[in-house]
Amino acid sequence: MKVEAPATLDEALACLQAAPLVPLAGGTDLLVHWPGNLEAKAGHYVDLWALDELRGIRRDAEGLTLGALATYWDAIRDSRIREEFPILVQAARQVGAIQIQSRGTWAGNVVNASPAADGVPVLMALDAVVVLASASRRREVPLDAFYTGYRTTVRRADELVVAVRLPDRGNAVQTFVKVGSRRAQAIAKVGLALARSEAGWRVVAASVAPTVVRCRTVEAALDAGDAFAAPEDLLPLLREDVTPIDDLRSTARYREMVLARVLWHAIAEAA
Amino acid sequence: MSPERGSYADPAVDYHVEIAFTLNGAEVRIRVDPAERLLDVLRYRLGLTGTKEGCAEGECGACTVWIDGLPVDSCLVPAVQARGREVVTIEAVDPMRLRPLLESGATQCGACTPGVVMTALWILDHPDLLETHTVRELMAGNLCRCTGYDGIVEGVLEALEATRDTEREPA
Ligand SMILES: Cc1cc2nc3c(=O)[nH]c(=O)nc-3n(C[C@H](O)[C@H](O)[C@H](O)COP(=O)(O)OP(=O)(O)OC[C@H]3O[C@@H](n4cnc5c(N)ncnc54)[C@H](O)[C@@H]3O)c2cc1C
Ligand code: FES
Ligand code: FES
Repeated sequence: MKVEAPATLDEALACLQAAPLVPLAGGTDLLVHWPGNLEAKAGHYVDLWALDELRGIRRDAEGLTLGALATYWDAIRDSRIREEFPILVQAARQVGAIQIQSRGTWAGNVVNASPAADGVPVLMALDAVVVLASASRRREVPLDAFYTGYRTTVRRADELVVAVRLPDRGNAVQTFVKVGSRRAQAIAKVGLALARSEAGWRVVAASVAPTVVRCRTVEAALDAGDAFAAPEDLLPLLREDVTPIDDLRSTARYREMVLARVLWHAIAEAA
Repeated sequence: MSPERGSYADPAVDYHVEIAFTLNGAEVRIRVDPAERLLDVLRYRLGLTGTKEGCAEGECGACTVWIDGLPVDSCLVPAVQARGREVVTIEAVDPMRLRPLLESGATQCGACTPGVVMTALWILDHPDLLETHTVRELMAGNLCRCTGYDGIVEGVLEALEATRDTEREPA
């Protein structure tokens, strides 16, 4: 195993241009079972943890910028975020516990690309934009266009995520619901983030498709002012948007029903 | 996994790197294999076996230490990331601070205890955390198969109470 330890972002990007290294941030995804993992042992990594320029959360007129090394705990301890973007804090508090929150990064959650992620749905509901940089260029990709399939993204091997930006939309509605086997330290069987701003409704679901997804059919119906008398009335729309499967954590039928119910209650509460 | 993974397993090459960090207040300088976790370096290179390994996947918290003042699972920290940081382990703890935990039944077999203590003392050092969090939520990353958690939570609450009482006493 080899780990490059650049001192600046430019050095890190130069490393990535020279070879397709694996970026290492908080390590809370990458280091699981690391000692016995032969593939990990043969890996060539670039350690981002010392790059202070990627640290921290910035609030300006345009919105909120989460540096690539901003952790869940950084968001939880930020009183402005608690007030203005409460779903970030709600989701962050449900990611593992303090030992994970103190090291796990929002950007790592985004790039790890798990369909069951908790950070991704709330970021997506707030119209997050992923800021990517390579040695030669910088580009921005809306988070809802970042995933191309199960655990695949548009990130090129020479690119780092340098920040995740949230526009200032004054989201009037912000709800996050995670359904797991237990309250603490569980992976979502169903996740839901609901937001409403001047840009319209955002309904984002986790663990019900190969990627975290926006439920655009439901969003369009809500934007059109449609009302739903019962959770079951949401099912035909949701079936256009999500494709849940049976796996070790749950079944497709359970996921579909629970998503419909959780969403119905969240909409009712928001109204 | 991802196709971009390079291969660096040439047995003829030495990939060790030298790192320096502060451990329980003292400077440590050591050559580590990049594959070593902070947990490995503490236990097997530096002989600080107070920090335990339970699950090796960040679930149980037995390996909890502080880095720059925050509890982390040392099984998920590559040793190279300790570079330049301040690491505090269970060995640095003043045994007198453990009393409330011992008296409330916060420990039985003891496997989880070093990790529990590191999180508990972090809470005690930052009582303002309880303005937003419960002790139970803050302790959720420390699994215990024996106590049923009530003893742990009570121990922390009692210790907090004791600290407040001392603060109230005139100097
Ligand atoms: C016990 C435990 C509980 C957990 N609970 C939850 C949970 O409840 N919900 C949840 O969503 N997740 C959970 N996780 C997963 C993990 O903590 C999160 O996904 C976390 O956000 C990952 O961030 P990291 O910085 O630790 O990533 P790392 O492990 O460092 O990296 C993750 C991936 O992202 C890549 N990467 C990281 N940063 C960048 C960057 N800036 N640019 C390009 N690529 C990058 C890495 O190469 C890697 O592929 C849990 C993990 C553990 C061990
Ligand atoms: S051994 Fe590190 S969390 Fe269990
Ligand atoms: S005392 Fe035995 S696991 Fe906690």
